[in-house]
Amino acid sequence: MATAQLSPQAARPRPALRDPAWTGRAFWMLAGLVLLWPMLVLTEFKPWTLLSKESVKPTLRFLGDFFPPKVEPDFLILVAKETWRTVAMATAGIALALLLAIPLSLLSVRVLSMSALTGRMAVLPALLRTLIRWTMIVLRSVPELIWALVFVRVVGLGPTAGVIAIALTYGGMLGKVYAEILESGEGHATQSLMRNGSGRLQAFFYSLLPQNAAELTSYTVYRWECAIRSSAVLGFVGAGGLGQMMDSSMKMFNGSEVATMLIVFMLLVWLADFASAWLRRQLG
Amino acid sequence: MSLTSQQPRADGPASGPRAPLGGSEVHVVTGVGATNERYKLPPRLFDARCKSCWFVFGLICLTIASFWTLDLKWAQFFGADALAKMGKFIGELLVPETSIKFLRKLWVASLETLAMSALGTLIAAVLGLALALPAAKTYAQDKARWRGITRLVLNALRSIPELVWAALLLISAGLGPFAGTLALALHTTGVLGRLFAEALENSPPTPAFALRTRGVSEARVFWYATLPLVLPQLMSYTLYRWENNIRAAAVLGVVGAGGLGQMLAFHMGLFQMGETSSILIAMMGLVALVDIASNVARRVMTR
Repeated sequence: MATAQLSPQAARPRPALRDPAWTGRAFWMLAGLVLLWPMLVLTEFKPWTLLSKESVKPTLRFLGDFFPPKVEPDFLILVAKETWRTVAMATAGIALALLLAIPLSLLSVRVLSMSALTGRMAVLPALLRTLIRWTMIVLRSVPELIWALVFVRVVGLGPTAGVIAIALTYGGMLGKVYAEILESGEGHATQSLMRNGSGRLQAFFYSLLPQNAAELTSYTVYRWECAIRSSAVLGFVGAGGLGQMMDSSMKMFNGSEVATMLIVFMLLVWLADFASAWLRRQLG
Repeated sequence: MSLTSQQPRADGPASGPRAPLGGSEVHVVTGVGATNERYKLPPRLFDARCKSCWFVFGLICLTIASFWTLDLKWAQFFGADALAKMGKFIGELLVPETSIKFLRKLWVASLETLAMSALGTLIAAVLGLALALPAAKTYAQDKARWRGITRLVLNALRSIPELVWAALLLISAGLGPFAGTLALALHTTGVLGRLFAEALENSPPTPAFALRTRGVSEARVFWYATLPLVLPQLMSYTLYRWENNIRAAAVLGVVGAGGLGQMLAFHMGLFQMGETSSILIAMMGLVALVDIASNVARRVMTR
């Protein structure tokens, strides 16, 4: 039976090998190329300049200087100091960000609304919550580097500007995500507490916080890791730490110093990554 | 280990009479169906075996040490001088510059930023896929000889931020958007390569296996079995990175790598706050626009 069915099929001529969807593919390919052209022009995308004589020579000299990295004890101590400053800036920034984020998220969480218990939230609380949400969006949508640029102008060079910049951006970020985490869970326990006469803070501490504590901690630890990465970068605009040191070495084309700092920086990022992953795994 | 405090737990149905704790008058019903919970005192606030207590203690120490060692100039920040400066800054920021000539320049810089982020992401997606192939072990017999070394390269690319890449590339690519594009491409290659490799490893292996057992070559197995399966995921990762990259592209210019950031650094350096304010608005608008666009694209693609 099977062979009887197979044999006429085998006798049939093989179908032509052609792509049934080739028109669509060709169209999108062409459309992509048409879009790509202005992008290449706008970004002055000229890879051959990398191979021109004026650029190859300093690059090779700079890269050649990378090896061996500078490992004099004095320099290493300086690097260690700046590395600690980077970590400290991130930690202090996150601590201040928490001071900002916790009240903001508590004020903006809809689950903790008394008037919403009876159905719809009253106008004034709804307005206040929207306003706070907008504040957090503005805080968050300005990158920390821009904040740092502004504050360096105000308080001068040094870690103060970096700490404030991290505090503002991460305050907005943490506040928004905290509010989202608190709202995404089961709101029933909170509401029944409030229906039975507990205050908002009581309801928060006895139902909302225990329900979401692990997730909140996990997100905060993750953000701390991000803050370490960005605090190293903030130095490039003069906010102290490893970045500032790297910036000045780069400006002096000192390849061996840059190499050491890049290695230290990578180690720092990996360490923070590792620590944060471990902590979050412990939280389950 | 749980870092959250231990909850008193019910021990299930009691098997016999128990003495109530703390002198409270609890009637313990003996016999069938006695389901009273055992009353426990809440755990003490500090316990040497409580890991979460040590964790919190360490955290507090780290925070205090951080504030201690940083020479933070709060007095200067909250001083009359700084507050007056801040007030002046904010007052000037509220009046954005709107002359046609400036707006035209702003428009070009915004397009440049957009192009930098898009092109950087595109290059990164191609390079990332090229590096993800050797970095992924897709089936059991795959020797994956290059897996360790490619992963090392990807990690190195990823752990150096865009801004540092840009500062390094300025030496060979010169000032301008080209350095920024390359910097974005390099960092994003690291990120996407790793994500792509994981997507490839986690893709369902059966279609590839079916082709491979029939002696189809590895390239064809990839094009006809593995890639179609993971393509939606790869696209979604790429779009997500594009959103991130537009933010990064906006600030990259601060070190001289073109786009809105370069303009911002220039005008802020001259304390022209009206122009700065316009640039900031353009940045936020751009970011919001890309967020919306990528949301729409995602919805269309997952439909």
